[in-house]
Amino acid sequence: MDVMTDPGTTGRFGAYGGRYVPESLIPACHEIEAAFREAWSDTEFRGRLTMLLSVYAGRPTPLTPAWRLSRELGITLLLKREDLTHTGSHKINNVIGQALLAQRMGKRRILAETGAGQHGVATATAAALLGLEATVFMGERDIERQELNVLRMEVLGAEVVPVTSGSRTLKDACNEAMRHWVSSVDDSYYCIGSVMGPHPYPWMVREFQRVIGEEAREQCAAELPYGVPDYVVACIGGGSNAVGTFAGFVDTAARLVGVEAEGGAAATFGRAGVLHGFRSLVLQNDDGQVTEAHSVAAGLDYPGIGPEHAHLRDAGRARYETVNDDEVIRALRRLAHTEGILAALESSHALAWVIRAAESGGIAPGSTVMLTLSGRGDKDIASIKEML
Amino acid sequence: MNASLEEFLIARRDTGRSLLVPYVTAGVTPKWTEVVHAYVDAGADAVEVGFPFSDPMLDGVTIQEASDRALAAGTTVRGILDEVATLDVDVPVVAMTYSNLVFQRSAAEFCAALRGSGLRGLIVPDSPLEEVGDLADAAAAEGLDLVLLAAPSSSRARLREIAGRSRGFVYALTRMGTTGEGGEISEQAARLGRELKELTDRPVLFGFGVAGPERAAELADHADGVVVASALMRRLLDGAGAGELGEYVSSIRRALDQGARWAVHPATAPSPTT
Ligand SMILES: Cc1ncc(COP(=O)(O)O)c(C=O)c1O
Repeated sequence: MDVMTDPGTTGRFGAYGGRYVPESLIPACHEIEAAFREAWSDTEFRGRLTMLLSVYAGRPTPLTPAWRLSRELGITLLLKREDLTHTGSHKINNVIGQALLAQRMGKRRILAETGAGQHGVATATAAALLGLEATVFMGERDIERQELNVLRMEVLGAEVVPVTSGSRTLKDACNEAMRHWVSSVDDSYYCIGSVMGPHPYPWMVREFQRVIGEEAREQCAAELPYGVPDYVVACIGGGSNAVGTFAGFVDTAARLVGVEAEGGAAATFGRAGVLHGFRSLVLQNDDGQVTEAHSVAAGLDYPGIGPEHAHLRDAGRARYETVNDDEVIRALRRLAHTEGILAALESSHALAWVIRAAESGGIAPGSTVMLTLSGRGDKDIASIKEML
Repeated sequence: MNASLEEFLIARRDTGRSLLVPYVTAGVTPKWTEVVHAYVDAGADAVEVGFPFSDPMLDGVTIQEASDRALAAGTTVRGILDEVATLDVDVPVVAMTYSNLVFQRSAAEFCAALRGSGLRGLIVPDSPLEEVGDLADAAAAEGLDLVLLAAPSSSRARLREIAGRSRGFVYALTRMGTTGEGGEISEQAARLGRELKELTDRPVLFGFGVAGPERAAELADHADGVVVASALMRRLLDGAGAGELGEYVSSIRRALDQGARWAVHPATAPSPTT
């Protein structure tokens, strides 16, 4: 099947992807694509990335059996522990890759958008590590919801720019980051936080995140009787932890499941459209006005989905499910009680679907499920307290 | 009016006139069509009508605000098209919007709808050369001129292709950045204008940051004219009515007429060195 390959110079994943940006940004996109292609086939670059992921970010991350929850659900649930990376989410995998690329391209400053603040924190961290400046755009509403991460970014030396337009969440932060990128493209590198944006970003971010899936594949091969789990599950905002996870299993028999927030479920309720430089499934009205996403998890408040997910859906290789806020909170608490693991609200979406499906028989008893726990929940404590 | 946007603009330019294309966001006020008429009465050579989009990536705060206001007032594509159809103007009207509105159903359907309401051109800033294929075909089939953007960062090879494939005029960005007022006229804008003029006989108009009569006239020296958007929308958002906006356009018109140089006229300009 023609999925999860190199999308070529036009950046197409089936009918999706592409490069819908103003002419002013086209040369920058070309430059980044060329630099990435070169770096990705350069063993020295790859070696440096692997080294930093290991000694700095803490990879490989463990695959932890959820012992008690598995027993309760009658399945074998394995957790890929991205929450244990430095900065506490999978975002660091992508950011170290892109920051190294920015440095290689001679850029002085990194721009980023952030929703939950995890990508912003990771960007601020990588910038500090490599001696670059970081400017992070964040919706005003998310700044309120994720105060702790704003402080973390500032302590790390990044400038956090509040975005007051539109819904004041992730989608507007993306618009604002793009606008600033256009006017500072000479010395600034735009470090996109998920598998979205114009080509080469969706592909490049997938390549930087595939480490999740590749490690998990090896760990499963070592731990499981049949080597491959029956289900591979991850939550989806833009879709980077999910795509990175799927990349390790796409050529196996494992069923791939992406879980979206009910209020931001572009794969389920979206229609084809163009947003933030790429064509994919987008939540929008009849006229093409993009609608606001709503979720307890700031990192999933995104009205689109990475173009490769739209393609995987159309090709029937992955399926996409939704869960609501209540199920998510319950799942978060249940994992905390049974395993002593406090997962991010985002990651708890994947868990909520597994719990529902296992309890309803949607996942057959005795099945093996590999779930990517994309991040830790410390940042969400205040929101969780409010909702209890 | 039977002439295409391009034929119309070339004919006007060839009389030695600097072209002036003012912009208004459709639906920004209930009486936005009066603004269009005021522009035409003030000497506009075409009018650019913005179809508001929820996520205008290439727009600065002013046009963002105008778009938000129009959308909050319930502006729809169908509504705009119906109002455009009632316009009684003797210059071409050009639509400007983002890809998501254009590709909603299909490019062909969108172009047919525009043409059905009498629009003569279309500008889609987030559909660059590599994504413009189907749209260019659809526009051509409807006799709608698809205007492409050229940027200071565009390579010579890209400029050649843009100049070759753009219809109506070539939209030259004065700077790397979003729409919005202010900023000096950079050497790069002048260079972009000159390069494009060498590459094509199609009108070349500057846009982005064109505010005030002097700046407009100065820029027009390096090309065939200007698009004025944020400066007008800022005034409108601050309360200016159609009359005041018309006066502002008149002041630019006068400056362009005084400043127009015969040197840019193809008949008298030095022959292009391509
Ligand atoms: C912990 C965590 N998981 C998931 C996401 C969603 O992003 P993606 O779908 O790109 O993995 C975020 C985004 O902020 C996050 O912080």
